[in-house]
Amino acid sequence: MTSSARPGSTRFVDGLLWLTGFWLVGELLVRLTGLPVPGAVAGMLLLFVALQVRRPAATSSVLTAADGLLSHLQLLFIPAGVGIVAVLATVRDAALPLAVAFVVSWVVGLVLVGWTVTLLLPRGDRGRRTGEPGAPGGAAS
Amino acid sequence: MTDQLDATWTWLRTSPLLGVLLTLGAYRLGRVVHERSGRHAATQPVLIAVVAIAAFLLLADVSYDEYLRGADLVVFLLGPATVALAVPLHRQAAHLKRLLVPLLVGVPLGVVVSVSLGYGLVRLLGGGDELALTMAPKAATTPVSIVLSEQVGGIAALTAVLTIFVGIMSAVLGPWVMTRARIRHPHARGVAMGSVSHGIGTSRSLADDPEEGAFAGLAMGLTAFATAVLIPLLLAGLSRLV
Repeated sequence: MTSSARPGSTRFVDGLLWLTGFWLVGELLVRLTGLPVPGAVAGMLLLFVALQVRRPAATSSVLTAADGLLSHLQLLFIPAGVGIVAVLATVRDAALPLAVAFVVSWVVGLVLVGWTVTLLLPRGDRGRRTGEPGAPGGAAS
Repeated sequence: MTDQLDATWTWLRTSPLLGVLLTLGAYRLGRVVHERSGRHAATQPVLIAVVAIAAFLLLADVSYDEYLRGADLVVFLLGPATVALAVPLHRQAAHLKRLLVPLLVGVPLGVVVSVSLGYGLVRLLGGGDELALTMAPKAATTPVSIVLSEQVGGIAALTAVLTIFVGIMSAVLGPWVMTRARIRHPHARGVAMGSVSHGIGTSRSLADDPEEGAFAGLAMGLTAFATAVLIPLLLAGLSRLV
């Protein structure tokens, strides 16, 4: 392949290796300690700590690979969504309870969490809106 | 000639190629439609892709299991993608201290509300215990919600579908609902989106505002953690109440 900027560059593979490596370490940690979280979530927390300690350059392989994967996050959820064809009959038989519980639990959760976080934010920063710069001393802190 | 066509179709429908190509192609189609519509909220690529593939499978009489032979290769990437959510969080780490209290209160509150209302309302409306357990973990990200559903006795395949569709509903309607409820701060909006609608809600937040997206990603990770910890306790209490 000669299409990349640096022919023979291993950056792409390096990035994937870091991410899958942290996934494996997360899985091992969860299995050895019996923590009630999925290995990938443990891997995420471990990678966060590692990034905070090592502070890699903005162009490092792990950051580039992560941005690449996250920009197509919706792609990875498609197969599970297509599962609707396999459960249609179950959904149809209990459509009302499923639909009401689905919508109400979502909207109440969304609004309550949004209000709670707004109320608990430091004063003076609460009036900020999405897209506006942070309050003085707020965003930079 | 028709024999060869039949044999080729039989090969294709059982080959991993079909699921991979359908998923990548439908996602690409979803992105094109999303761009052409001026990035209208209702045209989330995942929604368009799911509808297109589901229609194809039904018309071509291909089963979901046959589709998954290839599609599972795409699902595998959710592992490294979940780990990758550490990166936007790392970039917003400076905000973390200020948000520690709001997060430690807001995320568990979100888990308690979505698990309790999800489980309780299905039960109260006569959906039965199994479906109520299936609804309970739907706000956590798919790899987590599927495992938790199996663990508590729900139908994992249906939990996966509910998880994806709550994400799609949130990506389409969430920002509108929050604006109506006067939730305007990007940190509050991000945490709320990530708490109730995991990676799909996060992808909408990332598209709206990078700061909002980073906190949606963080809230999604914490929600996965909090749901896994709290769901056995909540369900033990709820099954006595309802």
